[in-house]
Amino acid sequence: MRHILSVLLENEPGALSRVVGLFSQRNFNIETLTVAATDDPTLSRITITTTGIDKVVEQITKQLNKLVDVVKVVDLTEGDHIERELMMVKYKASGAARDEIKRTADIFRGQIIDITPTTYVVQLVGSSKKLDAFIEALDSSHLIEVVRTGVSGIARGEKTLSI
Amino acid sequence: MELLSGAQMLIRALHDQGITKIYGYPGGSVLHIYDAIFQQQDIEHILVRHEQAATHMADAYARATGKAGVALVTSGPGATNAITGIATAYCDSIPMVVITGQVPSHLIGEDAFQETDMIGISRPVVKHSFSVKHPSEIPGIVKKAFHIAESGRPGPVVIDVPKDMTNPTDKFEYIFPKTVKMRSYNPVSKGHSGQIKKAFDLLINAKRPIIYAGGGVILGRACDELIELAQALNYPVTNTLMGLGGYPGTDRQSVGMLGMHGSYEANMTMHHSDMIFAVGVRFDDRVTNGLDKFCPTAKIVHIDIDPTSISKNVRADVPIVGPAKVVLQEFLKLLKASKVQADKEALKTWWHQIDEWRTRHAGRYLTDDSEKMKPQQVIEMLSKVTNGDAYVCSDVGQHQMFAAQYYKFNKPNRWINSGGLGTMGFGFPAAMGVKVNFPDADVACVTGEGSIQMNIQELSTCSQYNIPVKIICLNNGSLGMVRQWQDMNYESRHSHSYMESLPDFVKLAEAYGHVGIRVEKYEDLEDAMRRAFAMKDKLVFMDIIVDEHEHVYPMQIPRGAMRDMLLSKTERT
Repeated sequence: MRHILSVLLENEPGALSRVVGLFSQRNFNIETLTVAATDDPTLSRITITTTGIDKVVEQITKQLNKLVDVVKVVDLTEGDHIERELMMVKYKASGAARDEIKRTADIFRGQIIDITPTTYVVQLVGSSKKLDAFIEALDSSHLIEVVRTGVSGIARGEKTLSI
Repeated sequence: MELLSGAQMLIRALHDQGITKIYGYPGGSVLHIYDAIFQQQDIEHILVRHEQAATHMADAYARATGKAGVALVTSGPGATNAITGIATAYCDSIPMVVITGQVPSHLIGEDAFQETDMIGISRPVVKHSFSVKHPSEIPGIVKKAFHIAESGRPGPVVIDVPKDMTNPTDKFEYIFPKTVKMRSYNPVSKGHSGQIKKAFDLLINAKRPIIYAGGGVILGRACDELIELAQALNYPVTNTLMGLGGYPGTDRQSVGMLGMHGSYEANMTMHHSDMIFAVGVRFDDRVTNGLDKFCPTAKIVHIDIDPTSISKNVRADVPIVGPAKVVLQEFLKLLKASKVQADKEALKTWWHQIDEWRTRHAGRYLTDDSEKMKPQQVIEMLSKVTNGDAYVCSDVGQHQMFAAQYYKFNKPNRWINSGGLGTMGFGFPAAMGVKVNFPDADVACVTGEGSIQMNIQELSTCSQYNIPVKIICLNNGSLGMVRQWQDMNYESRHSHSYMESLPDFVKLAEAYGHVGIRVEKYEDLEDAMRRAFAMKDKLVFMDIIVDEHEHVYPMQIPRGAMRDMLLSKTERT
């Protein structure tokens, strides 16, 4: 099953490498990883998506908690949450494809953020599934390049991840 | 206000931490630190002949005392040579602080001479690591390093010190913090009382109980509580390799070590139990054998300070995260207040069964008419000559298992071996680390002709500092454990498991100014060993020729249940 883990950790040099190293060392898989400082500049927040059976995810959570730099770990998928990912896709945009890409981007509430006579760059925000669906919806022969940020997540309602 | 250089701060902070001895080897990046060492009296530095030995000495000090040992090495090769020792400590949860030099800050990343990314290389085998960014941070980092190394589940901590952080001309105010506060590191201080009550119900109502106690009991200084609880309940106790001595080995309730080379009675008792009370253990693969066949009728209570140990390999029915000492005290309180008592009738039947297993002496060695001594005889003699009271520091291989099986440890912290990583070359420096800190104690290094050659250069350190350990080398001319597996699984094709061109160990010892004794016949053994231990101020290298055909038994059959064992070359359970 897919899990989204939110990790608060000390914003120190080397802290991220301890987290990433843990995953490779223990043969856990990382599907996406995003990281940035929070409103408190001494803390970074990482969002990791991973898949595994419950026993493995339990070990991942425990092992993350054990890292000295890690302040808190939450499995967002255990409760109501919102996940978003940002994607930029570059298309060959000439002839009929030009309109088709624009229309599809509109349907998905994407924006075209770079235009040349032969290319578009579409920006899209949403759940990973929505981003996948957008790519599926267009003829892949137009596609030149995809870049995705990986998932960021936050719990709904009153629940927070803070110290 | 006192102004000190980073180098001075480092040494002063170690002193303020209560450290009196460090083990190390100088080099370019740590020259400022060594100059500071030269100009003070508080801390004695012991110069080894290879950095690995420095880490094992610090590690063994920790195993014998429970306090973190300190090693100091230079950057680059000094640091990488320390890695094996750090990993050894990590795998056995041993508190240790390793200070590594680093090239000056402005050269980091430039592939400078003797530069290596020590924080990166050591990351998977440390509990935590620090890189010094400003000299004034040094006292605080030292304080934190010891706190992290010694608290919770202990482990090694690396402090990487770029050379410019120790520059003698840059001086700053020295303040050694009294306390440590870290928002991201707060090890648990007690167990969950609801869980403890639940576990107590299982414990007191068990019909076929066993207490399975590991290294965590020794590290957590919980031996007294364990003994009190076990004896109040009259339950059998088995110890892991790391837990030997945590419960007295000669006590009636001890069924000995369990696992791959555990005693027949320990493995049988585990397999047939209905309740396993596991304390400070991790259900290691060398204990459980095949997980799908592990103890089918047992409920499991698992107490450990590290949540990651719980339900990692074997699911615990009642997990308790907490320090062994505090948690066991809670159990003792509950026991005193309990209306329900342990089921005496059921226990009588259970003990009857256990004693029946015990009196079979299954898997014990037999003497035959071969000329050669059995290695087990040597360990039994060592136990006799030292009254079971020596520090026994072991290397890795058959001799390690024989020592674990046949030396009866009645006290904790006496059995010092590399259990998790299985580091050949550990035993001799470990014995040195114990001896320099306990000069009046008998300290034996049980080793083989393979392991001893992995750190044999330390004979020189022992000359320099007069470290009179006794080396008990079980010389069978081959890498016994490798050979045993080759006998069992590779039709005795002894691929590279024999040792040709062995040195004359007696002459080698003498070349360093020590005493060497070669023993070939069992009838000479006792006298020779007594002579060796009587030479209080001499390192004695006992080169003891033993039967190379001997295998370690019992041996669990791979992927079987705990009870599935080979008991000799021809018998199995």
